[in-house]
Amino acid sequence: MFQFDFDIILKTLPYLLKEGMAFTLTLTALAAFGGLVLGTLLALMRLSTLPGLALAATGYVNLMRSLPLVLVIFWFYFLVPYIGQAILRTERPVEVGAFASALITFTLFEAAYFSEIMRAGIQSVPKGQLSAGYALGLNYRQVMSYVVVPQALRNMLPVILTQTIVLFQDTSLVYVISITDFLGAASKVAQRDGRLIEMYLFAALVYFLISFLASLLVRRLQARTAIIR
Amino acid sequence: MSNSAAPMIEMAAVSKWYSPQFQVLKDCTTSVDRGEVVVVCGPSGSGKSTLIKCVNALEPFQSGTIRVDGINLSDPGTNLPKLRARIGMVFQHFELFPHLKITENLCLAQEKVLGRSREEAMAKGRALLDRVGLSEHAEKFPGQLSGGQQQRVAIARALAMDPIAMLFDEPTSALDPEMITEVLDVMVELAREGMTMMVVTHEMGFARKVAHRVVFMDRGEIIEDRSKDEFFGSPRSDRAQLFLSKILAH
Repeated sequence: MFQFDFDIILKTLPYLLKEGMAFTLTLTALAAFGGLVLGTLLALMRLSTLPGLALAATGYVNLMRSLPLVLVIFWFYFLVPYIGQAILRTERPVEVGAFASALITFTLFEAAYFSEIMRAGIQSVPKGQLSAGYALGLNYRQVMSYVVVPQALRNMLPVILTQTIVLFQDTSLVYVISITDFLGAASKVAQRDGRLIEMYLFAALVYFLISFLASLLVRRLQARTAIIR
Repeated sequence: MSNSAAPMIEMAAVSKWYSPQFQVLKDCTTSVDRGEVVVVCGPSGSGKSTLIKCVNALEPFQSGTIRVDGINLSDPGTNLPKLRARIGMVFQHFELFPHLKITENLCLAQEKVLGRSREEAMAKGRALLDRVGLSEHAEKFPGQLSGGQQQRVAIARALAMDPIAMLFDEPTSALDPEMITEVLDVMVELAREGMTMMVVTHEMGFARKVAHRVVFMDRGEIIEDRSKDEFFGSPRSDRAQLFLSKILAH
């Protein structure tokens, strides 16, 4: 009869949290922030009246959304050093490091999704709001940054946070470039000590708890941040 | 190039098409002198809102010229944001910024466009809020105010920019009847102080009280452009007579 040994979790918890979870949360936070900023710019490009800008952004978003994330992670990991080499004209491929590579990948990938969210958010702001901004003498940049984007962010906050929860789960895919995130750390312990069931059960529980609690939080936040109209 | 003799707003043969088949403005020519109050009226869909939005270039137009304080809107060298900052505009649906408090609504453009300090903008904003009788609502959000109150804040927000003229696009059309008066009172006061105003409205009482001239539009054309007394006394066109008989029936 198989004997469960849950002590292993307690024993390795500091490692799991300090090495693994710290990385997972850092990557999630940075990629969500970077993705949101870049995604907002992409959304503004898509909504711009300059056809070149709109086309470039649309192409980018469609490309990113048509590729599996794992593939993009791989691809960037192996390609970024060469792109760096080409740009910086160095003799050897530029060493980027797994973390930077993962961060760039997730930021670029998430930007495509955030841009669609922000595009919907920006379009949800009534046209009269733009007119009012322009009528006061604000220029395009000011109308966007003080009037439209703040309202779009607030309208879309629940969706943005939900997407961030998805991102939090997706960061586990960094295992393909041998980065030790939370799942990677749990996996290492599991293999070393032959405690696969305990560790994977524990990992699943942790992902579930964090994601579930976060989504509860989103719902409560939604009620509080809604703009009074 | 401010020329104090020239009209504040000058429109010459302004035309606008949405498509070759659909012309919304046909050769509209009129003007608003300094200190003059001009009411623009006409049936819905007659192009009056479009016309007034052309004055601060919120709506593009295809032919004709509009000059505001001597500055040609269509001139590529015209700095539109700068010009718009000098013309106040009040909208049918108020268009206060719902994510900002009343004070922030009043300060935003003062700071970002005119470069005023927070203190200066705040002082100006509070004074105007007091003037429209809403001092106690300074820290609220627009959604917590009634329609009439929001529209008064919107007027204060426009006035905070020290405009040389004010445009009103159906400022009372979205209001419940009991709130119309409070907004009109503010507008009457403003007119009596000598503000240059162009007002699109169905409020003929307001027109009778303070307008100098009435412009009547139908199907994109200016049908009548006459002094208030002439317009109400003896409208020449059948369409204006019909409009007045309908609107003044009760």
